[in-house]
Amino acid sequence: MSLLHTTRHAGLVPASIVPRELRPVRVRNDGPRNKSGVTMGIVLGLFLAAPAAADSGLPPAALANTQLRDPALEAKAQALMVTLRCVVCQGQSIADSDADLAGDMRAMVRQRILAGETPASIRRWMVERYGDYVTYDPPLSAVTAPLWIAPILLLAIGGWLARGSFKRRRRA
Amino acid sequence: MKTGLLWLPFLAFALLFGVVAYGLRAPADRLIHSKMVGKDLPAFSLPAIIKTKPGLDTAAFKQGKPRLLNVFASWCIPCIAEAPQLMRLKAMGVPIDAVAIRDTGPAIQGFLSRNGDPYERIGDDKISQVQLSLGSSGVPETFVIDGQGKIVLQHIGDIREEDIPELLAALQGAK
Repeated sequence: MSLLHTTRHAGLVPASIVPRELRPVRVRNDGPRNKSGVTMGIVLGLFLAAPAAADSGLPPAALANTQLRDPALEAKAQALMVTLRCVVCQGQSIADSDADLAGDMRAMVRQRILAGETPASIRRWMVERYGDYVTYDPPLSAVTAPLWIAPILLLAIGGWLARGSFKRRRRA
Repeated sequence: MKTGLLWLPFLAFALLFGVVAYGLRAPADRLIHSKMVGKDLPAFSLPAIIKTKPGLDTAAFKQGKPRLLNVFASWCIPCIAEAPQLMRLKAMGVPIDAVAIRDTGPAIQGFLSRNGDPYERIGDDKISQVQLSLGSSGVPETFVIDGQGKIVLQHIGDIREEDIPELLAALQGAK
């Protein structure tokens, strides 16, 4: 999960935040200050401090981490899940992510595949809610058109340049 | 003609440089804005999570008065931060309902007794189904719903003092 710039949203908070306090364990106060005791305390504190929770304590949804019984349906679900973006981690597909919401998205995908819905319709449902951002297989639109057109355009320019230089060579 | 062509690669480079420089300077917006804003609230019906409060369904948002729909959880730290602001909104007479994400009754009870209880209804969304259908990507998020059940505004992250006027304006405009 990538560390993002805002912590206003629990969806964007990494699972473990820096422990709130590293209070050293009380050391016996005999004689000169026991330096190694303080160090020990800090080390102990590091181990004991509980990370602030940014994930729920509930177990994952029924189909989040369980494959469908029918291998053909599971393959269908898997193919869809690797092309849907986890909206919490944002750099991972829901098939890869450990985030709670990604688990719930996997459960939803498997549930719907099991109910007979097509992957295309499930993707459409997600895009309707989260926009093209949620799919790693973006549809052709005004925004994505340059991605498709640019290589063709560059290839054409390259061909034109090559033709020019071959012509010159022939003349020489 | 030929000297003009000679500049072409440089111009292309300058253009690319400009695009990259702009991309570096513009702050990245990592928030995922729901595409459901402006559309009707998706139909849902969630059971109650605590005994003292009813659950939540779409019909609650079609009573002719705008309401807030708060997506929250007892395990969410920014939700604690926004609790006083929700209490303020409640005191101003704003009706607030909630969807509790991946939570349990006792945990919600504890959260409400610690941080105040601004909610009229709380729906129990154990596997984030309603959250997903709202296009919400985390907790807390707050949606302004008009009297006919249309989503007017999505506020992502905790509500801070400076966010109150925007929410009030949206509620006012949604009448």
